[in-house]
Amino acid sequence: MSDITIRDVRKSYAGTEVVHGVNLDIRHGEFIVMLGPSGCGKSTLLRMIAGLEEITSGEVQIGDRVVNRLEPRERNCAMVFQNYALYPHMTVANNIGYALKVAGMKKAERLEKVAAVAQTVGLGEFLDRKPGQLSGGQRQRVAMARAIIREPGVFLFDEPLSNLDAKLRVQMRHEIRRIHNRIGATSVFVTHDQVEGMTLADRLVIMNRGTIEQVGTPQEVYDRPASTYVAGFIGSPAMNFLPATLAEGPVLWLATGERVDLRGVMEMPRGLAPRAMLQLGLRPERLRIGPVGSGAMDVRFEFAEELGSGRLYHLRHEDVPVTVVSETKQTLREGEPVGLTLLPGAVHLFYGETGRRIETTLRSSVNERVSA
Amino acid sequence: MRRAYFKNNWIAALVVAPQLMIIFVFFYWPTSQALYWAFTLEQPWGGGNEWVGFENFRTILNDGRYWDSVWVSCVYAFFTTALAMGMSLILALFADRQLRGYRFFRVGMIWPYAIAAPAVGLAFRFIFNPSAGVASYLNLAFPGVWDPILNGDHAMAMIVFAGAWKQVAYNFIFFLAALQSIPRSLLEAGAIDGARVLRRMLDIQLPLLAPTFFFVLVINITDSFTDSFGIVDTMTGGGPARATNLMVYKIYEDGFRGLDYSGAAAQSIILMVLVVALTVFQFRFIERKVHYS
Repeated sequence: MSDITIRDVRKSYAGTEVVHGVNLDIRHGEFIVMLGPSGCGKSTLLRMIAGLEEITSGEVQIGDRVVNRLEPRERNCAMVFQNYALYPHMTVANNIGYALKVAGMKKAERLEKVAAVAQTVGLGEFLDRKPGQLSGGQRQRVAMARAIIREPGVFLFDEPLSNLDAKLRVQMRHEIRRIHNRIGATSVFVTHDQVEGMTLADRLVIMNRGTIEQVGTPQEVYDRPASTYVAGFIGSPAMNFLPATLAEGPVLWLATGERVDLRGVMEMPRGLAPRAMLQLGLRPERLRIGPVGSGAMDVRFEFAEELGSGRLYHLRHEDVPVTVVSETKQTLREGEPVGLTLLPGAVHLFYGETGRRIETTLRSSVNERVSA
Repeated sequence: MRRAYFKNNWIAALVVAPQLMIIFVFFYWPTSQALYWAFTLEQPWGGGNEWVGFENFRTILNDGRYWDSVWVSCVYAFFTTALAMGMSLILALFADRQLRGYRFFRVGMIWPYAIAAPAVGLAFRFIFNPSAGVASYLNLAFPGVWDPILNGDHAMAMIVFAGAWKQVAYNFIFFLAALQSIPRSLLEAGAIDGARVLRRMLDIQLPLLAPTFFFVLVINITDSFTDSFGIVDTMTGGGPARATNLMVYKIYEDGFRGLDYSGAAAQSIILMVLVVALTVFQFRFIERKVHYS
């Protein structure tokens, strides 16, 4: 078990900086998920921890050692690659045991360990096969076993589930979490799938364009997204955004000229300039549809998608689309005007220019219609 | 694989005709001539051939000098192939590591293949000349240590060097291409698993090179049997005392110098059978056996 400290780490390729000064402290035995779209620098950061990518500037520390100048093998990390990177000419047993062989472990001892590890990931009967004869899920397990057998201080996962089909992905996700809980090694998991991130992580690191947008537990990140970027990335369906101007106190003018009064919902921080440009963020799952004029604002119904357990309503506020997820199933006509009621936790405010979050104090009482 | 069929056969014939012509003129015609000569005996002053069956082959196979030539060819093939493949493999492994300046070396390494064999032979003749070439400094320091003009082994070493040098470029292209088709992540996985550069080469890259390795091996052996004429002719002329009288060179000497068309033709038939056998071996056994995925 090791903790990892990343201090002002930067990475440039031929003069173009792709990771811009990242700082991160990863605790012992923690499961960290780095989340972001492709090209955000998350894999590069992971590879810098692994030692597969040179660190342009800054410092990576694993345990109490600065590892910048250390070879991958000296860093005590195991890694699971996106395409598994199994040695195609070796049997499953040799794939799993290769690290031990390189380390010079006796053959008998090695085979015993390989068999034991293979058993734990359900590969016991495939030891003599070549990777080419295995299914995607089995290859994934070999890659996992190869990482586990080394009993590393740090587990690194580079989008290991993205090549699996949906069902297998969920299954392997659970397996990875189970293995983490049993072994307790520090894990860093890179993915672009927010569901994977939310379900696996002790703490999420959300990255965008080579910087960290937010670090926090999945709950924190969901409840208090630090920026419109994070808010739009975390949660499914994605958060709705409406451009607005601050009127006074928690009262906003929407771009359409409509007034939204949030007095019952939240306290605004002091010091916000009047007429400041804002983004009003609304969580789809914290909105309810009611009769016209019954909520904080009026919208038009477009169509609904059936989810089985509930419905996904597609609405429109002038030309801005608004989605609502609700368990209540209502039958509405296309173009029908309806009122939008805000449940606690529905509203998030962000600065219009920077997209950063405006810290507001939540009122506990459910909002009532104050104005329209 | 889907095949396209031509309805109009004469169009198909027209399209392949130029290629067929070339193959006919430069391969089937000479080969059939050689075959004809191999089984006949040319009259000393011209005026027709006499059918003699396997007499020419019997003469050759009972000739000690022919077997010397076979032995010398095998020695040349073995050492040239080993040296050329070893060198090119090492160079490709390092070019693949993308160390500083690898782009320059990558191009530089391919150039020798564009040089004709006689030119290579001439250049190396100067380099290895015991009294005037670069090697003369060696003789200055240790008198008599290097003398390919009188010493058969030295002469053999000299043509092996030249032949291998020329072959390195060709092998290098294949090895580099094969190395670059190995996914980077395999080597990274190896690095994470604790293997150093050399260990990764041995355990991961070389095994995955096996199909290319055997292909190049057969090509090299074939090449050193058939394509060594230019080098031998310019460097040693088969000497000293037939120490470098390879099979191809002996065919030329017997045929064009000794004017024994029939004997030379029979030898070239034997050489052809040898090359065909090697190629069949390559396709039947090796290509099928060494495969992963």
